[in-house]
Amino acid sequence: MKNITISIWRPSIVGTALILSIPILTIAISVFEPTGENWQHLKDTVLKEYIVNSMLLTCGVGIGTLLIGVSTAWLTAMCSFPGKNLFVWLLLLPLAMPAYIVAYTYTGMFDFAGPLQTMVRDWTGWRYRDYYFPQIRSMGGAITMLSLVLYPYVYLLGRSTFMEQSVGVMEVSRTLDCGPWTVFYKVALPLARPAIVAGLSLALMETLADYGTVAFFGLGVFTTGIFRTWFGLGDYNSAAKLASLLLFFVFALIIMERVSRNKARYHNSSGKLTRFSEYRLKGLKAWGAFASCAIPVFLGFFLPAAQLFLWAMETWREMVDDRFFELARNSFLLGFGAALISVILALFLGYGKRIIPGKATIASIRMASIGYAIPGTVVAVGIIIPFAWIDGRIDTFMQSSFGISSGLIFSGTLIAVMFAYVVRFLAISLQTVESGLEKIKPSMDDAARSLGCRHRETLFKIHIPLLKSSTLTALMIVFVDVMKELPATLILRPFDFNTLAVRAFELASDERLADSSTAALTIVVVGLLPVIYLSKTISHSRLYQGNTKI
Amino acid sequence: MKRLEVKKLDFAYGRNQILFEFDFSLEESQIGCLLGPSGCGKTTALRAIAGFENPTKGEIILNGNKLNSSKIFVEPEKRQIGMVFQDIALFPHLSVKENIQFGIRSLSQNLRDKRSNELLDLVGMSEFKKKYPHEISGGQQQRVALARAMAPKPSLLLMDEPLSSLDEELREQLAREIRLILKQEKVSAILVTHDQNEAFAVGDHICVMHQGRVQQNDSAYNLYHHPLNRFVAEFIGEGTLLPGVVADEGTIATDLGEIKGNLPESCKHQDKVDILIRPENVILANDNENKVVITARYFRGSSYLYTLKTNSGAEILCFLSSSESLQIDQSIGVQLQIEKPVFFSRS
Repeated sequence: MKNITISIWRPSIVGTALILSIPILTIAISVFEPTGENWQHLKDTVLKEYIVNSMLLTCGVGIGTLLIGVSTAWLTAMCSFPGKNLFVWLLLLPLAMPAYIVAYTYTGMFDFAGPLQTMVRDWTGWRYRDYYFPQIRSMGGAITMLSLVLYPYVYLLGRSTFMEQSVGVMEVSRTLDCGPWTVFYKVALPLARPAIVAGLSLALMETLADYGTVAFFGLGVFTTGIFRTWFGLGDYNSAAKLASLLLFFVFALIIMERVSRNKARYHNSSGKLTRFSEYRLKGLKAWGAFASCAIPVFLGFFLPAAQLFLWAMETWREMVDDRFFELARNSFLLGFGAALISVILALFLGYGKRIIPGKATIASIRMASIGYAIPGTVVAVGIIIPFAWIDGRIDTFMQSSFGISSGLIFSGTLIAVMFAYVVRFLAISLQTVESGLEKIKPSMDDAARSLGCRHRETLFKIHIPLLKSSTLTALMIVFVDVMKELPATLILRPFDFNTLAVRAFELASDERLADSSTAALTIVVVGLLPVIYLSKTISHSRLYQGNTKI
Repeated sequence: MKRLEVKKLDFAYGRNQILFEFDFSLEESQIGCLLGPSGCGKTTALRAIAGFENPTKGEIILNGNKLNSSKIFVEPEKRQIGMVFQDIALFPHLSVKENIQFGIRSLSQNLRDKRSNELLDLVGMSEFKKKYPHEISGGQQQRVALARAMAPKPSLLLMDEPLSSLDEELREQLAREIRLILKQEKVSAILVTHDQNEAFAVGDHICVMHQGRVQQNDSAYNLYHHPLNRFVAEFIGEGTLLPGVVADEGTIATDLGEIKGNLPESCKHQDKVDILIRPENVILANDNENKVVITARYFRGSSYLYTLKTNSGAEILCFLSSSESLQIDQSIGVQLQIEKPVFFSRS
């Protein structure tokens, strides 16, 4: 197929990639724009706080996710203990919990007025300040919340490498008289490190992208800083500059992830699928392993889910009204629309890469799929600046030529919201579609063409029917991600337009935690869909590649 | 008019040239083969004819129409060339019948059914027409693939190692069957293979390729008995090259005595040459003074294939009935029996 240029495909692929990289380019360019008074003020006052807090948060979540992720991955991959088979997928459940929702439930439970502290006071007769209780609305609290829901990234990638790569090596080490701890430190961990680092970088990207948790806890980090500058000061230029600083950290993570993934590929010494003879844990050790897996699942999913459920039981009669159904409809339509657009684009780009391989196509697809790493806040700021500019131009033109105002066409409408979702989540659908395409042998394309099919016909007659399950998976994952998305929606939504995530956030910010529970619970229940799907995939195939980002 | 003519085709991936002045032609209803070791360029030549690769130089002419030049390039879907693939490549989401009808989807339902039934009969798959590819065996899949490629009555049918994914036993049987099917449908076809037995079973003529160049394009008989160069001599059949020196007019002196033959005039006295020795040329003659030592022995069922070493260290092969067993390191006398010697001068 080489050398045969297809006139329309190449320019449309490059064009799509360029449009999708508008937000990132906008932010990157803003670095070179002249600085204003506000920026100087920011630099003198809060910038240091943002940087230090963001780094503290990232480091803390890094340590937290590594501790939980690696230990549970090792235990479920290499040891046998009571409940192990159940934990293999239970450990994924926290993925369904957006960090900000976990934060609401913990605040509700552990705050001064919450049931736990009240109980302590009732029993002991202490009063405020008579005793020490860890402050949940703090840096430590945020680190805990984020670690509890993000560790599955490390767990997933770590477990799959522990299982697939080093069976032979580890068995050799056992015959050389190495104990389990020695095998872990000297053999398994070094071999699995690239995969673990890849999982860690995904978790840290989510940490840097988080807005809901840190905003609720009142922490000054980059994302909250961008919001304050944007809405508080109304200074778009400085917000964009902050976003570009955040982008700098994100790129460091992207590089870390890419490098590790490449290394991980070469570290798989053999594709042997022999079952590793597990370490049989007994007695105290077995219960230790049980607890190590049970605690993250309990704290990261069951406890917050139970709290949401209790709240929802209390408040649903008032909360489930016409307004709620409107929110649900908005969230579902947005999710479905964005999922559909992303999957169509993914099919187009993935198939384009197949029929016209080459540097231009690969570079375009890289550009188009970088959004998964870019925080929603940054994407939103990067969209609204150029869109507002275009709207202004159109409006001026309409006013001067026809004397009518065209108002907002792109910015402040659902077009901007949709565009942000596609930029942010295209990579997920692209990855799913691409791995599906890889399974279709190139001779299928050749066969269809030798039987008189043009490229477009081949796509519709052969590839799309064969990709049915991949496209459904992609649709589902993007749909759920859009349901959970908060910061970009907050910035870009049209006036008076709400989604479940936004409503839950608003209610929680107004300290109406119990009232936020129905919306939050809906998001969590929908969020369980891909987690269930994923748990099926990993229990069905031992060779799960762990490449799917959720 | 020839069905296909390929003239001086060059092909390169970047700096890596795969084909050098590839020439090939095919008459109406003829079956040609491209035979060579892996990496010889045969698949690239086939894919260039199909239109999946664009050659850097040269012409491909099908039914008198040029398919490529600096200005035109006929896309594969417009060439009316059918293709059967190494990995079979049946569409997994379509039934056997739907696969066969894929290439004739523009015909009316009636004509489509008629044609697909015809082909299902021809390849003996009528009772499986409602099955899906994963429900039938590899041999059956390849028959369906053949029927699918023939359905639109292509001007030319290309087959890229169609049997290599099948079991050894099935391969020979299916190769013969493919020839019958192609001849019955009067299809002009090209088969690419690395297996000479397959090429002998299917092809009317065979084009031997090596390192991107055509070595010899000839009948199977001529390739075996009159190879044009050393590569063809060693690649086709079993045999080795025995060094010798031109002694007198029409005789060559070797370790195993003198060999008589018609030498061209260019051969001069004392010229060094290599003579092709096939195993059937070597006869056991214990009273003969030309002694050789047995260095290896392979059981071949009805016979043993022996590797023999001459005084000067040259190797020759020889078949002997397996009822008579000779030991390794044993010294035996042999005689050469060659009617028309094939030799290549050494330079």
